[in-house]
Amino acid sequence: MKGNEAIAHAAIRCGTDGYFGYPITPQSEIIETLAALKPWETTGMVVLQAESEVASINMIYGGAGAGKRVLTSSSSPGVALMQEGISYMAGAELPGVFVNVQRGGPGLGTIQPSQSDYFQATRGGGNGDYNVIVLAPSSVQEMADFVDLAFELAFKYRNPAMILSDGVIGQMMEKVVLPPIKPRRTEEEIRKECPWASIGRTPDRKPNIITSLELKPEVMEQRNLHLQEKYRQIRENEVRFETQQCDDADYIIVSFGSAARIGEKAVELAREDGLKAGLFRPVTLWPFPSRQLAELCKGKKGVLVSEINAGQMVQDVRLAVNGALPVEHFGRLGGIVPDPEEIVAALKETLVK
Amino acid sequence: MANNIISPENLVYKKPALMNDTTMHYCPGCSHGVVHKLVAEVIEEMGMSDKAVGVCPVGCAVFAYRYLDIDWQEAPHGRAPAVATGIKRLWPDRLVFTYQGDGDLACIGTAETIHALNRGENIPIIFINNAIYGMTGGQMAPTTLIGQKTATCPYGRDPELHGYNLNITELASHLKGTCFVTRQSVDSVASINKAKRAIRKAFEASMQGKGSSLVEIVSTCNSGWKLTPVKANEWMRENMFPEYEKGDLKDTTGL
Amino acid sequence: MKGAIVVNTDRCKGCELCIVACPKDVIALAQKKVNVHGYPYVESAVPESCIGCAACAMVCPDGCITVYRKKVEE
Repeated sequence: MKGNEAIAHAAIRCGTDGYFGYPITPQSEIIETLAALKPWETTGMVVLQAESEVASINMIYGGAGAGKRVLTSSSSPGVALMQEGISYMAGAELPGVFVNVQRGGPGLGTIQPSQSDYFQATRGGGNGDYNVIVLAPSSVQEMADFVDLAFELAFKYRNPAMILSDGVIGQMMEKVVLPPIKPRRTEEEIRKECPWASIGRTPDRKPNIITSLELKPEVMEQRNLHLQEKYRQIRENEVRFETQQCDDADYIIVSFGSAARIGEKAVELAREDGLKAGLFRPVTLWPFPSRQLAELCKGKKGVLVSEINAGQMVQDVRLAVNGALPVEHFGRLGGIVPDPEEIVAALKETLVK
Repeated sequence: MANNIISPENLVYKKPALMNDTTMHYCPGCSHGVVHKLVAEVIEEMGMSDKAVGVCPVGCAVFAYRYLDIDWQEAPHGRAPAVATGIKRLWPDRLVFTYQGDGDLACIGTAETIHALNRGENIPIIFINNAIYGMTGGQMAPTTLIGQKTATCPYGRDPELHGYNLNITELASHLKGTCFVTRQSVDSVASINKAKRAIRKAFEASMQGKGSSLVEIVSTCNSGWKLTPVKANEWMRENMFPEYEKGDLKDTTGL
Repeated sequence: MKGAIVVNTDRCKGCELCIVACPKDVIALAQKKVNVHGYPYVESAVPESCIGCAACAMVCPDGCITVYRKKVEE
């Protein structure tokens, strides 16, 4: 099935309580599949087409504030509109999952794939000092697997989590093993897992207030410090990445998502050419596997960061290796997906002297 | 004399129990306080304190959650109807309502308001219309009257410069999803009683799944209008009521 | 009918809406006094005229007034 369809199936199977979204290419199959599968008749999952991405993310804010597992999805221009709600969710510490099936920009841009929302995804995206957990799937299987993983992380840390995909993975068809069925939580389970949820004050507790507002600067600073401490823990515990043929490699190609699939092929071609290349694929883009990448790069000759953008993750790679070895970037823009041959050529041209 | 009257068996009126002792940040004489009391009384009388979830706006009522001891969510500016939609769809047995001002509901949140009402979400919306932005210091609102002076139309609202005031309650009454659309005020005992009955009807209708309700309360903002609370009530009766006529605009609840 | 009011003077902001609402002119601003928040506040100035109608308490935006009423043989 398509990557987008896998998201929809996985959402139903992993006990999602509600999906709120607005159609946009190239991810409309997510809401279309959900509408066709009618999960409200089976698991009781709510599916609603909102009037805009702004409304969708605020429905997510409401649902998340009420302790539910809620999901939305969009593509780049729509995700830009959602930044208000995501910032509020980060500020109010709400768990929610959103999927960005990226397309090229800026502006209305193109409906073709891109990875040009890396900065937006990994730097917070909206106003204020915050981060969202970012998972980058590179296969249809991972589209399916990351839905539950994103929810688990979101609830563990009371923080929004994003699946940063792109038009390639969203539209691509692959065989997929759907995740096991997990029932939706009962009210009792929600009360236990989310004692902070705003779902009606029982006489045994004070009112639960979901808000990101605090006018006293001393209190607001403490809130921010609390968030920063949480982000430190996430950086400590939740870094995920994959490596291929890095042990004996002289050159490391760093790519995420769909670009990593192309990077994998580029490593093969380079090795056929006698160049010892390896692939490093960050799975979590935030937290970025900085320490792990720096460790892996010791003794290597150079790093080529191949992304479908003008050079975004390359900044995190440079920060990670901190000048220890040359770091170059190769990318295609505007909806063009690079060929493995181009990447090998770029490797030779910029690093292999 | 007074001493033997003041005893529990003679009690006829006190602040609702759901309203806590926190001093409200509203200006002296502000209509918000009266409406807060009515919302609290209705929730208490319906026995829904443990099922009520309020969604408050950005604007003067942003701190409503400090005063009524129920669960709340504070929504981004204008998005309360979308936030409430999320909660109500996922917790249909809860009493989920929004409490919004004119800038929040009829300007930045017009899309969310119209669409939530039109989908017939089982949500009552309490709409405080005082024709001005109170929290930010008295700027022009979508409901500011033609000729009315504010900080951003200091020479009076001029349709050529600023466009017309928006009668969103009238608009809401034409939407298929609404079951109850009414305009009330809280400037006298009689009007307060009527407003309370309207809030009760809207809340009941939402729990019976009859659709969305909009209860507009034509209100004063004496600080923004630069009048005393007493004069503000007079100005409201004289200038607001002719433009925002009180009464039910739509009622298909059968309640 | 005889009534009596108790004003929570710490909550009162002296907006005077109760003074206007009272049909018996019972209530007045306390002269030259302010509460902990610096607001002038109201008090029952002519308590013997109170009929316990609760109009003052209903229009009070801050919920400051508690009202009692009792049938009294004349």
